[in-house]
Amino acid sequence: MLGFIIGVIVALILSVLFMLFRIQTLVSLVKTAKSRVDSFNKLNAALMLIVPVIGFILFIWYSGVASQYYLPEPASEHGKMTDGMFWITIYVITAMFLLTNVLLFFFAFRYQYKEGYKASFFHDNTRLEIVWTIIPAAIMTWLVLYGNYIWWEIMKDPPKDAVVVELMGHQFAWKVRYPGKDNALGKYDFRLTDNVNEMGIDFEDKNANDDFMSGEIHIPVNHPILFKIRARDVLHSVFAPHFRLKMDAVPGMPTQFLFTPTKTTEQMRTELNNPKFNYEIACTEVCGRGHFAMRLIVIVEDEATYKKWYAAQKPFLENNPNYKGKGLNQYLKKNLAESQQNTKEKASLIP
Amino acid sequence: MAIETHTNVSHDVHGHAHHDGHHHHKETFITKYIFSEDHKMIAKQFLISGLIWAFIGGAMSIIFRLQLGFPDMNLSFLRPILGGWILETGKLDPEFYLALVTMHGTIMVFFVLTAGLSGTFSNFLIPLQIGARDMASGFMNMLSYWFFFVASLIMFFSIFLETGPASGGWVVYPPLSALPQAMPGSGLGMTMWLVSMALFIVSSLLGGINYITTVINMRTRGMSFSRLPLTIWAFFLTAIIGLLSFPVLFAAALLLIFDRSFGTSFYLSEIYIDGQALPNMGGSPILYQHLFWFLGHPEVYIVLLPALGITSEIIATNARKPIFGYRAMVMSMVAIGILSFIVWAHHMFVTGMNPFLGSIFMFLTLIIAVPSAVKAFNYITTLWRGNIIFTPAMLFSIGLVSVFISGGVTGIVLGNNALDIQLHDTYFVVAHFHIVMGSASFFGFMAGVYHWFPKMFGRMMDPNLGYLHFWLTFIGIYMVFFPMHYIGIAGFPRRYYSFTSFDAFKIFSDLNMFISAAAIITFAAQSIFAFNFIYSIFKGKKAPENPWLSNTLEWTTPRLPGHGNWEGDIPTVHRWAYDYSKPNADKDGFDDFIPQYVPLSKTPHSNLPHEQELAKFEQEEEQSNVNAQH
Repeated sequence: MLGFIIGVIVALILSVLFMLFRIQTLVSLVKTAKSRVDSFNKLNAALMLIVPVIGFILFIWYSGVASQYYLPEPASEHGKMTDGMFWITIYVITAMFLLTNVLLFFFAFRYQYKEGYKASFFHDNTRLEIVWTIIPAAIMTWLVLYGNYIWWEIMKDPPKDAVVVELMGHQFAWKVRYPGKDNALGKYDFRLTDNVNEMGIDFEDKNANDDFMSGEIHIPVNHPILFKIRARDVLHSVFAPHFRLKMDAVPGMPTQFLFTPTKTTEQMRTELNNPKFNYEIACTEVCGRGHFAMRLIVIVEDEATYKKWYAAQKPFLENNPNYKGKGLNQYLKKNLAESQQNTKEKASLIP
Repeated sequence: MAIETHTNVSHDVHGHAHHDGHHHHKETFITKYIFSEDHKMIAKQFLISGLIWAFIGGAMSIIFRLQLGFPDMNLSFLRPILGGWILETGKLDPEFYLALVTMHGTIMVFFVLTAGLSGTFSNFLIPLQIGARDMASGFMNMLSYWFFFVASLIMFFSIFLETGPASGGWVVYPPLSALPQAMPGSGLGMTMWLVSMALFIVSSLLGGINYITTVINMRTRGMSFSRLPLTIWAFFLTAIIGLLSFPVLFAAALLLIFDRSFGTSFYLSEIYIDGQALPNMGGSPILYQHLFWFLGHPEVYIVLLPALGITSEIIATNARKPIFGYRAMVMSMVAIGILSFIVWAHHMFVTGMNPFLGSIFMFLTLIIAVPSAVKAFNYITTLWRGNIIFTPAMLFSIGLVSVFISGGVTGIVLGNNALDIQLHDTYFVVAHFHIVMGSASFFGFMAGVYHWFPKMFGRMMDPNLGYLHFWLTFIGIYMVFFPMHYIGIAGFPRRYYSFTSFDAFKIFSDLNMFISAAAIITFAAQSIFAFNFIYSIFKGKKAPENPWLSNTLEWTTPRLPGHGNWEGDIPTVHRWAYDYSKPNADKDGFDDFIPQYVPLSKTPHSNLPHEQELAKFEQEEEQSNVNAQH
């Protein structure tokens, strides 16, 4: 019943609007046009000023309101650099945006149609063209050089003492592996993956013996960290907003990202006055149903706490001793034997 | 020399046209409205299909905006349309959310802004503005539409599959799109997406070859390249870009079809999914991204350049002023066209691509800002000291320049690889391309419809509804997309069904609600356009032959041009398209515009010095032609 009433009301409103429209069309037919423009030309011209001015006020007002949420507090060395550059770029482009939009809308208003006025036949000026080619070109060159410098600061080769953490994305979570006491990650192969050995670690490799998994990432503050990133099924992307860190996880092609965290989780908690604060990692490459919920917590702590935590972790093999010595060679041999057996069985079926 | 050969061609064509003219009454409904080979009818077919797609694509965005703005809302009322995609709890299915996002992108980019915009106006305007009776090949032109139509049908039906349409984002990156076990949308929906896109590419290529051939070969006498209206330059360059880049997407799609159906490993390597290790080894998902973006980035300009061309024409006409810097405009479009091919990897800064490539592509990307800036400055200078008439088309054109700038400047942030690390795949990107590519092209589309509607349908659209439509749309799109910058700077990733899983993204729920409300209002405002469009086709005021007092050739045709466009001879062109408000034109008996067909010898007072020279030459030519014919 309610639906029916709403339907009737909507139909009535629409028919009233249609009547109004018909009336205004008929009126405009009766009016003989003396001028080239209709009576709305002035209104449109006025709106060319009014709308952008209101828009500009809203822009300034909301930029103030939202400033508390801009780029989350940076917590990595390169993050401070990119943030600095980000704000400089924003100032430059805001200036360009304002200058050009102001001119555009002001001219639109100022040079609205006037009876008897003749537009200027100004259609070419090489000097002007050169000026406004060179100015943006110069600004771009500066931004390119500046950005390129920062880019290579970020993409530099990792130092030998970097703490290595391996991250693997899968539908729909992250797995984390540490190299253990020997500081060397063991090999892996996707064919060794199962429900327990979720990262497909090759335990024929001695380096893998002390590797351990973790449900969250622990890293020491002010120390270079190297994320070794891979994916098991589809593309994922590691995004740690506070560290200004993003790198895709690609099946079949390991990637990495080097950074140095500058603030411990505790420091951030006091700084932001939020005792529940945690560094988070999210997925930013669409990967399916659970894409929006691939959360991983990163805990940044001082060197001592980190070392203590690290030492307390039990290697994977200690928890799953039956995986000892299981690896790729064994897998391949078994596979080969099985397939040979299959071929024989098939062959025996042929008379 | 060139002029002489043109004479022959145009006379030949003219002869044929007369011949055709006698058979007009024999046209059946099918040859006239369905399998038409007339460029104007094909343009209208593209236009109407494009508009229908635009409403479907827009409606999809409203559904996912409901989810994003009002996450707790009970969407059961959508069950009659969406059925099982609305869960028992009254919430949208997360996989269908991704399907909607994917379809919205695909439809808007390809079916609305490529086929709808370029297909409509390239088809309609190229023969009319260069002075040709029709396209080089009317048959291929017809095929182009019908390939698009079949592609549309396949894409449309894929929406109704039980497993849903393709859902991996409009870029359909493998392995997600290659493995049906990764998500249901990667099953039959993805197959249909690929088949549909393959047919779409065929359609684009057939159209593109035709546009290029027509512009090169069929210009009327006197219509040299340097006298082409900027619309034609834009369509011409767009067609070239499309012809060079679409085949690469075709290759990408073909390899993906092979990986999906025939067990190859072009994009797949070392995958363990669904409890199973797949046999594929040695492929690279990055390869697909390179191939995709080799089309994907030029595609941005394929949708944008026609809009910019349309805008140039409309701004000059309604400012009653020549376009400022015609040569600079052409050169910047050529530069944009060339550069568009060598910037693609800026979509891939954080894919694990070699950082050295990141450096190179940042450099190339930021270069493209220069010709774009030149274009913006030229538009603004065209308005300076003009005598502006705010028709709905003019309003949309000025709106286009504004959004082109507003969306363009944020590209300077994103094109910088160091800054892109944080902003890649966040709402900042969504804001950027919806403003610079989506809105700007859409504004160009609307401007074109309002401006050329009188020539298409012989009737005027209601201007007052047009003004209302413009202001609601203009304010609306800024209200929808501008706030997304704030959300993006805060790090919100795109294609997220909900933001509740992360502490970092728990803010801004009010702003998301605002954006959704603005989107609904903006979308609703489009119904004003729909009404105006349909009503005016049948009941609009009858249009005069040249309602905007414009210089280009299409306005010399009858109110409703028939097959062959001009009843008599094709007009000869004697000047560029932008002789608006030329000094001393009144002494020659002209108002504030001198159409392209007016010989220079008829306007001795207003000719510029070099035109005076040309006028003499022109008269001699004319004389010798007359002599030759007698």
